[in-house]
Amino acid sequence: MLAKRIIAALDIKGGRVVKGINFENIRDAGDPIELAKRYEEEGIDEIVFLDISATNEGRDILFDLVEEVASEIHIPFTVGGGLDSTDQMTELIRNGADKIFINTAAVEDPDIIREGSDVLGSSNLVVAIDAKKEGEEWKIYTHGGTKRRDMDAVSWAHKAEDLGAGEILLTSMDRDGTKEGFDIPLLKRISSAVDIPVVASGGAGSAEDFSEVFDKTEVSAALAASIFHYEEWNVFELKSYLKRRDIHVRY
Amino acid sequence: MIAIVDLGIGNISNVKRPLKGTVTDDPYRIEKADKMVVPGVGNFCTVKEKLNPLKGVISDFIEDGKPFLGICLGMQLLFGYNEEGKAKGLEILEGEVKGLDRASSPHIGWNTVKFDSDFPISNGITDRSFFYFTHSYYVDTEVPIIGKTEVLNSDEKTVFPAVIRSGNMYGTQFHPEKSGSNGLRLLENFSSLGGDEP
Repeated sequence: MLAKRIIAALDIKGGRVVKGINFENIRDAGDPIELAKRYEEEGIDEIVFLDISATNEGRDILFDLVEEVASEIHIPFTVGGGLDSTDQMTELIRNGADKIFINTAAVEDPDIIREGSDVLGSSNLVVAIDAKKEGEEWKIYTHGGTKRRDMDAVSWAHKAEDLGAGEILLTSMDRDGTKEGFDIPLLKRISSAVDIPVVASGGAGSAEDFSEVFDKTEVSAALAASIFHYEEWNVFELKSYLKRRDIHVRY
Repeated sequence: MIAIVDLGIGNISNVKRPLKGTVTDDPYRIEKADKMVVPGVGNFCTVKEKLNPLKGVISDFIEDGKPFLGICLGMQLLFGYNEEGKAKGLEILEGEVKGLDRASSPHIGWNTVKFDSDFPISNGITDRSFFYFTHSYYVDTEVPIIGKTEVLNSDEKTVFPAVIRSGNMYGTQFHPEKSGSNGLRLLENFSSLGGDEP
């Protein structure tokens, strides 16, 4: 049986990890390779690199970084952030990324999902969705959460699946950065609406939050950034906790 | 020398490094190699096209009992009819490649492998260890299966081969190069295999 996955997310700008990180035993806290290796040793199942450079120069650095990550770590990793062409996606896969995620580009031109999944293989293309609650439903946002779209998150998730997305990375904007726990209603709604795996993102603040999201929703994976970076929880401790709670994790 | 045959669109540096192999598609160099690895990321048809000219050398390599490792698509290509490509593979081994049932496909993530007993390739790897899978097809074969994996979907249970072995020919459905320390151990075990195992 497939294990529930625990994923660490790293924000990258110009080839460096951004957002404060204060690992004690790390020589260079901004070095994505060193962090990724450390996470691998602690038992993380996957790493997501979100490039926030948004410049051509930053993009070139990202391609080199991906190549280096691929030769240094031996677990799967996903790359995304501002990608808008299948050529870029193919090149990142060629450089060693296992999966690619797209967000804004998919909303602006949904056909890119079909094209991307044809070229990369459906299982290698992830559609990231940023959702925010409005009344009884959730609307989606693009451009790093700055642009509201008049689109229902549940229908968009369905459409992405139909077009060939292999996975959905679902971030709750209401919970992101709050450490108040995952957005259970949103995750429950979308993970039961689609057949492809859903990755829960936004709000992780404790080990209990992870066990709650796996108990109450059908998500396949849960992602966090800051709780791992700040060593509030290391992955190994988190997984032993989940295992004690009878959640099937790789341990 | 370990010959690594690069076929797909993926990057193979994470196969190359632990094996300290040489990437080549030159049949003469492959013929002289002690061991051969065919990693497999990509699409059946394009990969098969690249592998076709090497059919003879691969076939002889396996027949001569030299250690061979096919990873994922690199294993599936050795068989006969392939549902994904709706065409025959290289037909070096007997069996077919079939699609997993819809509910379990694609099978992506970490799953456990139940090893039948101790084999040189699984030396030092605990039974039911986790390996990383990403595939929608599996091999249905008479080639001995030494490691099995299960997928569960509501009440439906599918069991498929995770590791096959015939003499010194090995195939893995999972990606050892993406499977953390267990995967690295398996690749190291492969590197230290001798020739002509029974």
